[in-house]
Amino acid sequence: MGNKILMKGAEVLGEAAVKAGCRLYFGYPITPQNEAPAYMAKRLPEVNGTFVQAESEVAAINMLYGASAAGHRVMTTSSSPGISLMMEGVSYCAGAELPVVIVNVMRGGPGLGGIGPSQADYFQATKGGGHGDYKIITLAPTNLQEQADLIFKAFDLADKYRIPVMILSDGLLGQIMEAVEYKDEIKPEDLAKKEWAATGRDPKREKNLINSLDLDLDGLERHNHKLQKRYKEIENTEVMCEEYKTDDAKIVVVAYGTTARIAKTAIDKVREEGLKVGLIRPITLWPFPSENIKNALQKENVKAFYVFELSAGQMIEDVQLCVNAKKPVNFYGRLGGNVPSPDELAEKIREIY
Amino acid sequence: MNDMKQIFKVTPLLTKTKRSYCPGCTHGVIHRLVCEVIEEMNLFEETVIVVPVGCSTLSIHYFEMDTVQAAHGRAPAVATGVKRALPDKTVVTYQGDGDLASIGTAEIVHAATRGENITTIFVNNGIYGMTGGQMAPTTLEGWKTTTSPFGRDYKKEGYPIKISEMLATLNGPAYIARTSVHNPANIMKTKRAIRKAFKAQKEGLGFSLVEILSTCPTNWGMSPVNSLKRISEETMKYYPLGEYKSVEGL
Repeated sequence: MGNKILMKGAEVLGEAAVKAGCRLYFGYPITPQNEAPAYMAKRLPEVNGTFVQAESEVAAINMLYGASAAGHRVMTTSSSPGISLMMEGVSYCAGAELPVVIVNVMRGGPGLGGIGPSQADYFQATKGGGHGDYKIITLAPTNLQEQADLIFKAFDLADKYRIPVMILSDGLLGQIMEAVEYKDEIKPEDLAKKEWAATGRDPKREKNLINSLDLDLDGLERHNHKLQKRYKEIENTEVMCEEYKTDDAKIVVVAYGTTARIAKTAIDKVREEGLKVGLIRPITLWPFPSENIKNALQKENVKAFYVFELSAGQMIEDVQLCVNAKKPVNFYGRLGGNVPSPDELAEKIREIY
Repeated sequence: MNDMKQIFKVTPLLTKTKRSYCPGCTHGVIHRLVCEVIEEMNLFEETVIVVPVGCSTLSIHYFEMDTVQAAHGRAPAVATGVKRALPDKTVVTYQGDGDLASIGTAEIVHAATRGENITTIFVNNGIYGMTGGQMAPTTLEGWKTTTSPFGRDYKKEGYPIKISEMLATLNGPAYIARTSVHNPANIMKTKRAIRKAFKAQKEGLGFSLVEILSTCPTNWGMSPVNSLKRISEETMKYYPLGEYKSVEGL
C-alpha cells in the first residue's frame, strides 16, 4: 500500500483487475493490448486464478458470460476489431443482466485499420454496439492512475447494476508507462455472494436461470422496461466528470481520455497568453455528463464549445444534444491513429478564440 | 394394490411445464435420459446446464437444474466460463446440429481440444427445426429442406459434417460416442453413453460428447413412426453408431 509502481498501461489493466478481486480472464491476442493477456497469463496463477486464451473474441466474451453467470468477477481486454466481434456477447450479457468488465484499447479503424491510438469506437460503446435496446456503462481514463482506479469502479458498478461495463482506453494509454498506486486489494471471498448466479441448485431455493429469451411479447416488454428503469437510475446517480478552469472560460473544450490530457496542456499554454479556455472532461461517457454541458451553456461567459476527439466526430453528437444549437459547437479530430500535439490543439483554440 | 411395486417414475429433474416440442420429436426422450443420469449419479445439486439456440432453447423452462441460456453456437464457450469459475461442478451443454455443427464449430472444436472438462449432449436430426426446416451442415443427400428445395446435392452444397469422427481425432476428448434414440434398445444404449460421458467429467478426464441421432417429423414431413425408420434406414448409414473415443480407465 502506498507504493507507486512503474507499469505499462496494458499491464495496469491486469493488475488492477486482480486487486479488484477478479480471478478469471479470457482474451484473444490483438495489438495494442497484448501485454494485458500476457500479464494475466503470468499473474493469475499466482492468486489461484484462471487465464484462458480463447479461440476468438467471440468465444472470449461468451466465456465471460459463463463465468459471470456462475457468479464470479471476470474481465477481458481487446482492441477495436476484437471488440466488434464481442458485440453479440455484450448484447446477451446486457439482456441476461450479467456483470462483466470489458476493456477496449481502441485503435484506428474501420476494418482492420491500424494500431495507433483512436477514439473511433465511441458510438459503438455508448450507443449499445450490439442489437437491442441496451446501454453499457462506459468509463474513459485519461492517465494510468485513473485507468487503475476505474477498473475497481468498473467491477463495482457492474456488480451493483448487473450490467456490462466497458473501459474505453486507447493505444496510447495501453502502451505508455506511468507510476501507479493501487488503492485497494479486494479478496474475492469478501465480495457479496451473488444469489442469482447459476452455481448448481440448492433444492431449498428456486432454480436460477440466466437468460435473455422471452417469446412472450408482453414479458419481453416488461423486461425491457425494467432495464430502461435501471439505465435511468444509472444516468441519475453515476455520472463522473472533471471540470478544469471552466469558471471564467469563453471557450469550453470537451474532450475525454488521451485527448483530454493533451487538451489540458494546450489550455495551460493558451491561458498563459490570456485566453480564457476551460475543459469539460467526461469520465463516464455513458451516462454522459449532460448537466455539466448544460450548466456551461447557461453561463454568459461561455461563447462556444470545442470538441476534440481522435475520431471524425462522435462524442460531439452528445454535446450537440445538450447545446441544442444555442451556441456554436466546433470540432477538431485526428484520424487513423494520429494523435495531436498540445501545440496543434493550442493553435486550433487560437483560431476560433 | 398394496403389493404393487413402483418400477418406473418420471424423473423429478424435469419440470411439469408444458413442452413446446412437436409430436414425435425425440428431444423429450433425450431430456429425460439426461435428467435420469443426473438423478442416478446424484449430481442434481452440482449441475449447471447450458442450453443453445434452436428448438431446445425452450428447455430453459424444462430442467430443474440451474440453467444458462447461450448465444447460437456459443454454449461450449459459455460452459468453459462456468466450469473455470466452478471447477468442482458438473457442467453440461445441450446443443442441436445447427447450433453445434455450423455456427458453433469453432467453439466445440476448441473446447474439445482444450480437454475442457465438460459434457456435451449433441442432438443431431440433420435439419434446422426452430427456424422452420432449413438445410443444416448435417443434412443428407437428397433431403428436401426450405433452403435445399430440390434435395441436397453434395456437388452443390457440399457434404454433411461428421462431428464425432472429427472430434475423435483430437487429444483433448476423453469420451466421444454416437448413439440413436429410434428404438428402446438404442435409447438404453444412449443412456449408458450419457452416463459414461458424465463419469468422464466427474473423474476429470477431459471433454466428453454424446452425439444422438434424432428426428424432426414436422420439418422432415414424415410421421413420427416413419421418422424413426428413417434414422435406421438412412441417417445411421452416413453416421455410424459407436464409441469413437474412450480413454483408458473410463
